Amino acid sequence: MTDKALTIETLCKDRGPIRVLSDITLHVAPGERVALLGHNGAGKSTLIKSILGLIPTDGGTIRIGAAAPGSAQARRDTAYLPEAVSFHPALTGREQLTLFARLSGERADVPGLLERVGLADALDRRIGTYSKGMRQRLGLAQVLLGKPRVALLDEPTSGLDPISRQDLYAIIDELAGQGAAVLIASHALTEVEARTDRIAILRKGVKVADDTLANLSALAGLPIRLRVRARENADALAARLGGNRVNGASVELLCSPADKMEALRRIAAMGEAVADLEMTPPKLEDLYRHYARETVQ
Amino acid sequence: MTRFLAITRAEMLILRRNRWLLVATLIMVLFALALTFAGSAPTGTLGVDMLTVSVASMTTLSVYLAPLLALMISFDSIAGDVDRGSLALLLSYPSGRGEILLGKFTAHLAALAFAMTVGFGTAGAVAAWFGGAGPESLMALLRLILTSILLGAVFLALGYLLSALARGATAAAGLSAGLWLVFVVLYDLGLLGAVVMDQGGTFTRSVFPWVMVANPADAFRLWNIAATEGVAMASGMTGAAQALPVWAAPVSLLVWPVLGFVLAWAAFRRVEP
Ligand SMILES: Nc1ncnc2c1ncn2[C@@H]1O[C@H](COP(=O)(O)OP(=O)(O)OP(=O)(O)O)[C@@H](O)[C@H]1O
Ligand SMILES: [Mg+2]
Repeated sequence: MTDKALTIETLCKDRGPIRVLSDITLHVAPGERVALLGHNGAGKSTLIKSILGLIPTDGGTIRIGAAAPGSAQARRDTAYLPEAVSFHPALTGREQLTLFARLSGERADVPGLLERVGLADALDRRIGTYSKGMRQRLGLAQVLLGKPRVALLDEPTSGLDPISRQDLYAIIDELAGQGAAVLIASHALTEVEARTDRIAILRKGVKVADDTLANLSALAGLPIRLRVRARENADALAARLGGNRVNGASVELLCSPADKMEALRRIAAMGEAVADLEMTPPKLEDLYRHYARETVQ
Repeated sequence: MTRFLAITRAEMLILRRNRWLLVATLIMVLFALALTFAGSAPTGTLGVDMLTVSVASMTTLSVYLAPLLALMISFDSIAGDVDRGSLALLLSYPSGRGEILLGKFTAHLAALAFAMTVGFGTAGAVAAWFGGAGPESLMALLRLILTSILLGAVFLALGYLLSALARGATAAAGLSAGLWLVFVVLYDLGLLGAVVMDQGGTFTRSVFPWVMVANPADAFRLWNIAATEGVAMASGMTGAAQALPVWAAPVSLLVWPVLGFVLAWAAFRRVEP
């Protein structure tokens, strides 16, 4: 158990008559980056707040290392970036971060951290004058305070420009490199696809998937898409391969991972008739659609 | 241990930055000066120095103003952070809810104390300069300042309580206005009505003074009046003060801040960020 930085066992949470989290079991190891996906209202933020001990739960256990959520030890070990983070508009970025540093009891290089997230110029400006993305970066700077064992990031890229997103994932990698377990709730599928180790999907408070991208693809058995461009006669090609004609010159066919090599051999055997071949493995987007739709897992 | 001081520092910065401290101090100075000059006419007839009369007028002022200023800072403290969404982040840090509340309380009380001391102090100095002062009237001024801070502390704590109970800062503002009206205006009106109906019966003689002193605003008034004969004469309210033991008003005014803070803390513990 103790080799897990974050352990969640059969966690339940009721909001009135509605069960917003039911029997969630999730483990995150030190240095692991896990994406938490799910539709609006799936329970991602609720799960994160439960881990922080901010809201009471209705069954199940959570451990940060060995500490209970909300305990002094757990709070020292966790870093949190709320969704739609905001601060008191009258304070400056430096003052706000200094407050957090004092609260966490860390000796922190506040200007250095703010420079790290690209706020060096806005150090002594009131937060009320910051743009949304600048506030988000300030939120990120406070995540870097201390050395968290568990980092909980709720939609960290919302409001960030493309370059800042790159920076953000670099920071996440650095956190993970220092041994932090990182849980990222997100809707940005293409980003988390490339930058996380494992993917957990919530659907109406139920965990419907939790594995690496490769394993999820295999499990879902989603087809690989092959697009073959004909040199001359696309209709003839379609007839011989058994796929669908698309946009004049190409044929598209779907095959399961097991049949992939066989299909490639057949295409290669057609020699000159084929001008080009494009192969697309299932994307996280397709997987997400698959798991989020499925009725019962 | 000193984490609450980090909160205190940040809250002080906020009060300075949003000009609350400046405005509150100005209000105190202006009202206290105005009352001191307006109330200086009857000095001769009562045979007391001008500072005594000034303290009596300022006592009446403080009953209204101290709770108002206190509620104006405190109503937003918890509900505002919930609305902004910054409370969740604050609570993810090692500081406990008690520390957060204590940190805010310390900063707000210091700001109130500053405004009160400067306001009443200025007016007192002016009154003493123009109309004379004695050891007794100086004591009365000091007492006024200290009890005003205590009264402010009561309503700071009650403001936190409402801020924790309310859904949103706007609701908290409305509740605070209601609280102020009840404690400072309606309570006394109700008591007055009861006394008139009772026509000098047992209620008026034995129950009424205790009910009155249970209200922190009245306890404040009684404490200041009972302690100084001159002030009592100048304000023409000696009856109720004489019916109570001397400790009644101080105890009420000292217990209320503690009680209010504990209630606010209990309510704050239930707040879901
Ligand atoms: N304070 C609350 N009171 C009542 N119900 C709530 C509260 N907060 C959340 N819920 C409900 O809990 C469920 C899960 O909400 P949650 O905020 O965890 O969703 P989410 O997955 O974070 O969605 P999003 O992607 O929109 O951020 C929703 O049905 C929501 O209505
Ligand atoms: Mg959410």
